[in-house]
Amino acid sequence: MVAQKKGASRGSEDPEELARVPLQAILLADSFTTKFRPITLERPKVLLPLVNAPMISYTLAWLESAGVEEVFVFCCAHSKQVIKYLENSEWFSQPNFTVTTIESHDSVSAGDALRLIYERNVIHGDFVLISGDTVSNMSLTQVLQEHKERRKKDSNAVMTIVIKRSKPSQITRQSRLGTDELFMAIDPNTKQLLYYEDKADHAKGSIYLDKLLLADKSSISLHNDKQDCYIDICSPEVLSLFTDNFDYQHLRRHFLKGLLVDDIMGYKIFTHEIHSSYAARIDNYRSYDAISKDIIQRWTYPLVPDVKFFGDSSTKLERLGMYRASEIGQSRSAQIGPFTVIGNGTKIGDNTKISNSVIGEGCSIGPNVSIEGSYVWNNVTIEDGCKLRHVIVCDGVIMKSGAVLEPGVVLSFKVVIGQQFIVPSYSKVSLLPQPTKQDSDEELEYADNSTGIAEISSLTHTLDKSNGEIVNEQQETQRWPTSELGTGGAGYVWSVCEGGHDEEWRHSVAPIPAEKLAEVIQAVEDDLEFAQDGSSLPPSGELKLDSNDSDYDEESRDDSYFENEVEATFLRAVDENIKVEHVVLEVNSLRLSSNKQTADCAGAIFYSMMKLALETPHNSASELVQATTKVITNWKGLLKYYLSDIDEEIEVIMKFEDMCLESAKEFSPVFDKILYLLYDQEVIREEAILRWDDEKREADESDRIFVRQAETFIKWLREASEEEDEEE
Amino acid sequence: MPDVQTLVNDFLIKLKKRKIEGSQATAKLTAELLRSVISSQRVPYTNQAGALIDAVKAVGEQLIAASPVELAVGNIVRRVLHIIREEDLSLTTAAMAGLNLSIVSDDEDDGEHDNYPVLSAAVVAAAARSTLRPPSLQTLLEDIPDTAAIPHTSSSGGDSEGKSKSGDKSSRSRKLKHDVIEAVNELIQDIGTCHEQIAEQAVEHIHHNEVILTLGSSRTVLEFLFAAKEKKRSFRVFVAEGAPRYQGHLLAKELVARGLQTTLITDSAVFAMISRVNMVIVGAHAVMANGGVIAPVGLNMVALAAQRHAVPFVVLAGSHKLCPLYPHNPEVLLNELRSPSELLDFGEFSDCMDFRSGTGSPLLHVVNPTFDFVPPKLVSLFITDTGGHNPSYMYRLIADYYSADDLVVQRRPATGS
Repeated sequence: MVAQKKGASRGSEDPEELARVPLQAILLADSFTTKFRPITLERPKVLLPLVNAPMISYTLAWLESAGVEEVFVFCCAHSKQVIKYLENSEWFSQPNFTVTTIESHDSVSAGDALRLIYERNVIHGDFVLISGDTVSNMSLTQVLQEHKERRKKDSNAVMTIVIKRSKPSQITRQSRLGTDELFMAIDPNTKQLLYYEDKADHAKGSIYLDKLLLADKSSISLHNDKQDCYIDICSPEVLSLFTDNFDYQHLRRHFLKGLLVDDIMGYKIFTHEIHSSYAARIDNYRSYDAISKDIIQRWTYPLVPDVKFFGDSSTKLERLGMYRASEIGQSRSAQIGPFTVIGNGTKIGDNTKISNSVIGEGCSIGPNVSIEGSYVWNNVTIEDGCKLRHVIVCDGVIMKSGAVLEPGVVLSFKVVIGQQFIVPSYSKVSLLPQPTKQDSDEELEYADNSTGIAEISSLTHTLDKSNGEIVNEQQETQRWPTSELGTGGAGYVWSVCEGGHDEEWRHSVAPIPAEKLAEVIQAVEDDLEFAQDGSSLPPSGELKLDSNDSDYDEESRDDSYFENEVEATFLRAVDENIKVEHVVLEVNSLRLSSNKQTADCAGAIFYSMMKLALETPHNSASELVQATTKVITNWKGLLKYYLSDIDEEIEVIMKFEDMCLESAKEFSPVFDKILYLLYDQEVIREEAILRWDDEKREADESDRIFVRQAETFIKWLREASEEEDEEE
Repeated sequence: MPDVQTLVNDFLIKLKKRKIEGSQATAKLTAELLRSVISSQRVPYTNQAGALIDAVKAVGEQLIAASPVELAVGNIVRRVLHIIREEDLSLTTAAMAGLNLSIVSDDEDDGEHDNYPVLSAAVVAAAARSTLRPPSLQTLLEDIPDTAAIPHTSSSGGDSEGKSKSGDKSSRSRKLKHDVIEAVNELIQDIGTCHEQIAEQAVEHIHHNEVILTLGSSRTVLEFLFAAKEKKRSFRVFVAEGAPRYQGHLLAKELVARGLQTTLITDSAVFAMISRVNMVIVGAHAVMANGGVIAPVGLNMVALAAQRHAVPFVVLAGSHKLCPLYPHNPEVLLNELRSPSELLDFGEFSDCMDFRSGTGSPLLHVVNPTFDFVPPKLVSLFITDTGGHNPSYMYRLIADYYSADDLVVQRRPATGS
């Protein structure tokens, strides 16, 4: 009855609703990153098994259950494999759920993909944008409704992103999914997203918010405890926006930030926070591990192994979170620990211990093997006495007896590990050689998913041929150098990219080792101590002093840099006889770029002039004075340009004083002479000299050396001015 | 056939996704689906029953596998199989009787003869059956005194037969299918009306000024209480909220809407309140062959509290919830673990769920089972749509509804009839 009423009221209130297009979704079956290499060289990321089901099946199952009626699967890398999988799966034959594949070979980013979809003109209404590696069980009704209501009020609300609470670790500054700490500023009333930063610089320990954010908002809340679920509800405009801005590549880094920064079009992005339901995206090996464990612990219910949301395997949940398929061969003495999934047709030998792991289908595991926290995919052979801790082992791998995998190891497809061989932590082993290094990370991210394919497909082809034929494989293994993976081993050990070694433990499947944590804690503490050392002053007003101190450091560094630059400019001007105006122009641009006052310029130029005079060969003090006179007469125009104010003139005197004390002691005997010279050349007016004298009167005796030296001159100046006064 | 296949697939997907809630809805949908399977099944001339049984078994096996925890699916599949066997048997015996008595003509259109042959055939069928089958307590007590009512009352549970209008031999193939569909229709009707039939008995059990305790929410319990209320009984209801889904809140809301004096308590307060309670009335997920109950989580605790204070513990269950399996049977999946998010917010505890440090496994495990098992000795009375029964009587009831051949539903042809 209730349902009837609902249907009736909906029909009457909104005739356009009836004509609405079915809910559509765009599923990007390519992550456009290389985080899962080397595995993704041979198989697309979305087909990698996650608790014995391909990742994309989780995404599709969720879309289907959330009421999405039409899904466009965008395939790029390994598109053939994705399409083949979908064709053989049940997804094409679901009632009220159509799956259409869109294939592309030259897209290198999510932006390209969306532009292509826009050209196809298949999206007619609001759609769900998701990538094929997202696991969720959230209901879309509420977020869709919110999105639609906002759209009615404000057509600029083009996108709603789904977020979930998740605290990042205080120590490593990353979330439990291994992603970097994310900062978001959200308007607490409207839930509008105002600021999004996932690559904050932790070294600085601060983020910058545009103060305009607060201009028309009564309050904003700043979060670092939210996780981006990468589930977006988009209006059709989003696609055209991508087309308009052809340089948008990354969904978050370019598109989202672009919209937030761009205030001309006024597009708005909103957030929707989910609490009880689950949503997360597999971004790296660590999130693969975390999400696998969430699935085993049933946070993703009903997308759990014992519910047959996909395929036909029947798995039963037993005590302590053990999932066992119906047909497995398990030795009586084998110990299967908690939170373990064993796939169909797997055989486990005597005294083997398995805990916290996922074992795929058709594996044969020998006796006395110990597997802990690992992901073993299908048809893997593990001979007796092997040890695996926190590793990923892909399809068809053979581990000869006694081999050991240390935490964080990834073995790609069909690798063979020799007897008693120990694979060191965090190594990645593949039958394919590592591609030549790319220059920058950025390029690597968008690098050749397509160029890689050609060569790889041919390689996989040969591999497929040899598949199953042990003799053949044996022959092939002859080629491998024995040193890399032990006797009979096959595969290349990939070297870690430079700079990546630090990151390795962050994104690995293995838990962070205690030493690393201790190291990071130590580093954080050191930073703290350092900061505290800087402020050795009493705690009251500490904040201000603290910041001053750090400013000071920076300024002094800047100062010397600026001075050197000015000096170089000046010397070049002298050498090449550049006109004064041009030098002024150059110095001004320098001043602006390093954010300096004109007084600083005056000081710097004067310093350079003096230095030039000093460097001209001279034998006595009088010759030095002569040289100085020459320089000053030549370049006083330049100096004068910056001496519009009396303060700047004083600055020049002070600078001269400093020089005499420190860098150019030769000037100290002739200080008064040069001061007079400056006065004579009308570089410095008498007021400035008198003021300088006044300022120095209270100073220490040591500071007054030059004042005393110039005493007669000053006295003369005073008298002269008094006389003038009297005359008046 | 293809349309039936799509229907089956549709239903399978729904079951797999856990989209159908409640055993009554599941039972009804299953029965309707099986009806369409039967009606679309082409029957050969010989061994029609066998063909039907095979068809139903094939579908039933898939259905059971799709949602092993929803026992109602299996129950209905077995009921339908039983119906087919019964109809086949009654037709055979009727045909035998027809031959012996030479009453029935070979033609189909003997409408004017209907009354007499029907009765006689049915009598013979019932007689034949009672010799073929171990007599149930019900038939012993009810049927023999009144032979005239045999066609109706002897129909084990009142659904399998009694519709056989003619024992015509030549049209047997169509007859059998027709009869089976008729009987399945009756089954569907029974499932639809089981709430009312249970509720009708409410007045006999709830008395003036009593205090009734229940946990969680069950539609059967709701109807039961309303029925008593409508008969002008005034009583009070304690509702335990039924964590973690808190369906007790909804129940309390509906009770209040109908003017019942309601008290809402937490699950943990049940023991404190039980001494003031006159009767505990709860719903069930399934009733096993030994009289044990699979019930929403928390009910075992309530049953133990009730036993401690000698409060009657009454379970309401429609006959579609009677399961012919025993709880120790490995085929039976007794429990389902739902998402832990019903218990706590993932975000808030995300640091407890961290896998980054230590051994790589979190120290916090959250377990959220859906069901409890209440052993038969804690249950005082079952009220089904056929009346009140003792736990120890359940196996007899089950023998009425199910054929022993069907306890294991497998596609492999084991058709005896």
